[in-house]
Amino acid sequence: MKRSFPVLAVAALAGIVFGFGLAVSRMIDPEKVMNFLDFGAIPAGGWDPSLAFVMGGGLLVALVGMRLDRWVGLRAPLVAPAFVRPDRFQIDRELVIGSGIFGIGWGLSGLCPGPAFADLSLIPTSVGLFVVAMLVGSWAMGQALEWSAEPRHPSASVGVPAE
Amino acid sequence: MQNFTPVSAILGGLLIGLSASILWVANGRLSGVSGIAGGIYPFHRGDALWRVVFIVAVPLGGWIGFMVGPSLLSEIPPTLPAFPLAPLLAVVAGLLVGIGTRLGRGCTSGHGICGMGRLSKRSAVAVITFMATAVVTVFVVRHIL
Repeated sequence: MKRSFPVLAVAALAGIVFGFGLAVSRMIDPEKVMNFLDFGAIPAGGWDPSLAFVMGGGLLVALVGMRLDRWVGLRAPLVAPAFVRPDRFQIDRELVIGSGIFGIGWGLSGLCPGPAFADLSLIPTSVGLFVVAMLVGSWAMGQALEWSAEPRHPSASVGVPAE
Repeated sequence: MQNFTPVSAILGGLLIGLSASILWVANGRLSGVSGIAGGIYPFHRGDALWRVVFIVAVPLGGWIGFMVGPSLLSEIPPTLPAFPLAPLLAVVAGLLVGIGTRLGRGCTSGHGICGMGRLSKRSAVAVITFMATAVVTVFVVRHIL
């Protein structure tokens, strides 16, 4: 993507709206997230179904917005050269194992990546360590995936992709 | 049901969906937070700055929402969230989230909002899987240990 002002302005707007939505829905509160994940609290009446409503509200808009390009025949995004679509379509082992590992970390902490970043402006000292560990884990897994993809040609690793 | 906040939950959800739609229609990018953050480093020229801008904007928006929210809806508490996890556990959980989202290529936003919004079967499988392991983990931590 070319470094253009509109692209950066859109990224800033989207990020602010995203963080605002996380704060309004209180998904910035790990305790509230865990109160949703705590199905064991259903019998005692202590369950908080709010997160499902966040997901539902998000999907309501995304079901339209994420397919708007197809519906109105947009060939390119409004301010960028091309749509960057996912390049995987199979349900593979990596998807299931990775998602399973993510869920364990999410259940332990009540934090997924969006709220973790959002909380950096509110409770940076307690969440900072989690965010650093998350970035290190992501980077390390990325390296491991790259090595396993090209085990015999480490010198012929990927260069700078074309813009 | 305790502390159930349906109105603020739906409103916040609509905004998250709007954010994903804006980034997709205008920039052609999927707003999976793990993917956007994970793609910053190693740097690729022309593809790093927008990611940094987005990731910096999320806590800014979170702060604005935290300050403004309570005056919009009485459901939204004015209190700061707490993250009382012991440092060692926070590191373990952070590593698991980082490793898992990279291997599974997405998190709650990327698979949950963008992917499901695009009716992707991969994303549906991812969401069911991480929801299941998260529910089991919370059950173990809160009711067994």
